[in-house]
Amino acid sequence: MIGIVSYGGYIPKLRLQRMSIFASMGWFAPAVMAVAQGERSMCNWDEDSLTMAVAAARDCLAGMDKKKVDALYLCSTTLPFADRQNSGIVSTALNLNENVLTADFTASQKVATTGVATALDALKGGEKKSVLVVAADKRDAKTAYFYEMWFGDGAASLLLGTENVIAEFLGSYSISRDFVDHYRGSMSKYDYNWEERWVRDEGYSKIIPEVVNGLLKKCNLTPKDISKFVFPCFFKREHRGIAKTLGFSPEQVVDNMHEVCGETGAAHCLAMFISALEEANPGDKILVASFGQGSDALLFQVTDNIKKLPARMGIKGSLANRKEVDSHQKFLKFRDLIQTEMGIRAEAPTQTALTTLYRKRDFLLGFIGGECRKCGTRQIPMHDICVNPDCGSVYSQDPVEFADTSAIIKTFTADMLSVSVDPPNIYGMVQFETGGRILADFSDCELSDVNVGKKVKMAFRKRYYDKERGFHGYFWKAIPEAEA
Amino acid sequence: MATGIKDKVAIIGMGCTRFGERWDVGAEELMVEAFQECIEDAGIDKKDIQAAWLGTCMDEVNVGKSALPLSMSLRLDKIACTRVENFCASGTESLRGAVYAVASGAYDICLAMGVEKLKDTGYGGLPAGGSSSGSLNWLWLPALTAPGSFAQLASAYAAKYKVPDDDLKLALAHVSAKSHANGALNPKAHLRKAVTVEQILAAPIIAHPLGLFDCCGVSDGAACAIVTTPKIAKDLGKKDFVSIKALQLALSSGEEMGFNAWDGDHFLTTSKASTEAYKEAGVKDPRKEISMMEVHDCFSITEFVTMEDLHISPRGGALKDVMDGFYNLDGGVPCQVDGGLKCFGHPIGASGLRMIYEMYLQLHGRADKRQLKDPKLGLTHNLGGFPFMNVCSIAIVGKYGV
Repeated sequence: MIGIVSYGGYIPKLRLQRMSIFASMGWFAPAVMAVAQGERSMCNWDEDSLTMAVAAARDCLAGMDKKKVDALYLCSTTLPFADRQNSGIVSTALNLNENVLTADFTASQKVATTGVATALDALKGGEKKSVLVVAADKRDAKTAYFYEMWFGDGAASLLLGTENVIAEFLGSYSISRDFVDHYRGSMSKYDYNWEERWVRDEGYSKIIPEVVNGLLKKCNLTPKDISKFVFPCFFKREHRGIAKTLGFSPEQVVDNMHEVCGETGAAHCLAMFISALEEANPGDKILVASFGQGSDALLFQVTDNIKKLPARMGIKGSLANRKEVDSHQKFLKFRDLIQTEMGIRAEAPTQTALTTLYRKRDFLLGFIGGECRKCGTRQIPMHDICVNPDCGSVYSQDPVEFADTSAIIKTFTADMLSVSVDPPNIYGMVQFETGGRILADFSDCELSDVNVGKKVKMAFRKRYYDKERGFHGYFWKAIPEAEA
Repeated sequence: MATGIKDKVAIIGMGCTRFGERWDVGAEELMVEAFQECIEDAGIDKKDIQAAWLGTCMDEVNVGKSALPLSMSLRLDKIACTRVENFCASGTESLRGAVYAVASGAYDICLAMGVEKLKDTGYGGLPAGGSSSGSLNWLWLPALTAPGSFAQLASAYAAKYKVPDDDLKLALAHVSAKSHANGALNPKAHLRKAVTVEQILAAPIIAHPLGLFDCCGVSDGAACAIVTTPKIAKDLGKKDFVSIKALQLALSSGEEMGFNAWDGDHFLTTSKASTEAYKEAGVKDPRKEISMMEVHDCFSITEFVTMEDLHISPRGGALKDVMDGFYNLDGGVPCQVDGGLKCFGHPIGASGLRMIYEMYLQLHGRADKRQLKDPKLGLTHNLGGFPFMNVCSIAIVGKYGV
């Protein structure tokens, strides 16, 4: 059987209250009030599509044998590198086998379903046994327009394979059509959007029905056979209307998460699909369609195995882990959409030695440390000579992963002098329960969230952006866990 | 078998500039200013100096590399000059080079210079290194500042000894208030204003829990010493001169950062270096035998925990001693007699020698309003780097043969 083996989701903890956008820019663009309901997810300043992809993929791989993954497809329209394979960074961060086939699927909002369909083809062909698909997007929009309200940030991941399938693949149907509702030139920061009425009437309202009918006909099914119908569309009325025209009842249509998250770009159809999987029962048929210069529609049927899947954050858990942000200015600053005085201190050099990065990639991207064969002491970063003062063995360490090891805070501070997009800069020493410690930046927290002895989890985050050279630097940070 | 440095080298002259925001001069002029006082004090000719050491840390925003800035500023004519850098221990390292050179018999008279020009960066605080702080460090270490790295001692100390945050904060305010009181008495100090504990507690936070007055001044300055053998000192007609009793250095092995034993609340290096220094100087009970100290109070918490690492306050006992005024000018072991880094200022490379300078003045009875009664032994301490990875230097000085 071919299908979905596991899923994972990641929605950033921060949720911008949409009314804060209206409060700051409503004088300029009163019309945005029409979509100012609820909240939209927003990346912390140190999050982007890559970091969210890693988070969703880690969630997806929980309880899975990741060394068996033989392909990784990363789907996004907002990847940090135009020429340095982004999926390769994700693969290194996840410590997948180096013999994995990695590929970036990009340049359309429909790429997540394209990635899944391609993965399923590879599984059908028999060359691959386990393919990880991750979709993530962090889309920027000029301020004071609908898209700033509509968009959210997020990531979703599916592990596709042939064993322990939780949702069997039943069929797919694709349309490729150069319908340019929006585009972003290769050197442009923002999308150029055509009139919404046209996008709604000629785009969503025609392409979605066409692809869904195509798939249903191919599978010899009718809308009544489908338990849940998933497709992204930020026009709330059309979202319901299109489904109704197709013959789906409102109960069959999966919520587009506008009020709680916003549309997470290329990841959104998978994020919505996962939200449906989280509620699904064995036997349910779920149809998911994307939208972007055409559409891919995919049909799955949930199996009994879904009950055996280990607990995970998923989309539901991610949405529940939230912190409200009332400051639209903070949103703009985090995305570098407004210029603030950063001081001369911020002019320190930011060049990355690519040789160093390459030599230490297992540590810097994969958070790999060492364990001494002689004394058993774990240490990160790994050194040629064991750190245990009573050992000191030379070349005695085996690599060991630290990312999923539970850890506590040993020391901390909140630094107002250090250059930071979100002062104070909170950092300190984190100690792993199975041995080893590291000085780490903390993220997704305030001073009141940290204390000596408190538990933290490690997360792959952005450390710096070298504007002069266009380089994004990543490392692992400590995230204090929410109080139980 | 090593016999240590005690009484093998004499200090026959010292000089120290006024510390502060010296917009009027650069490192070159600061060195000349300190040197003129020093050579006059020593009463020798510049040509008698056979070798010299230069301690400076932030060369990128300062003098640049090599010891040429020293030899050229002072017009030292084709003699041996060496630049040393070991974070905040750079000044003491410069002295160590000169002292060991004399002790070895390689030279008769040597100069130790420490200088730092920090106020040419355009912003407050120490310079930020960015990717020039090490190609690997930059890729993973948090964007630490000095206050942020030392502030962590406070969170760890409070947790370990179960001290309420407010009690610790109050004790730290007493540490700074004492140094301000001392600095106010010193015409060469950067900050010469007494402040109250209330003012200190109300100051804006720099790095939690440290406020503005918990942090030392970032200053420009230079200090230097001329050293020779006790025999030459006597031949030069010096009586009652100061000699080195101990010089110790200890560096982290990486244990603090990597091995789960240290609690982040104090300095392993200081604890070791001070023990070695007392042994070298023949000090049995430092709390009774040390007359005065200049320690590395880059931040109030650094001074606070250092009192325990110097084995003067017992473990967990610094709070009581601080609140009792044990380290005040009229206390059991006066500390930061000249105002400390806190108020005299902290031009990194000069600090170690500036500390020795105050001990030297005190031992000669030349400390004016700050003069202590009949001091015997003075201890100086530098701590370079960060609590989790550092360089500690300790010197003990006293009158020769006493």
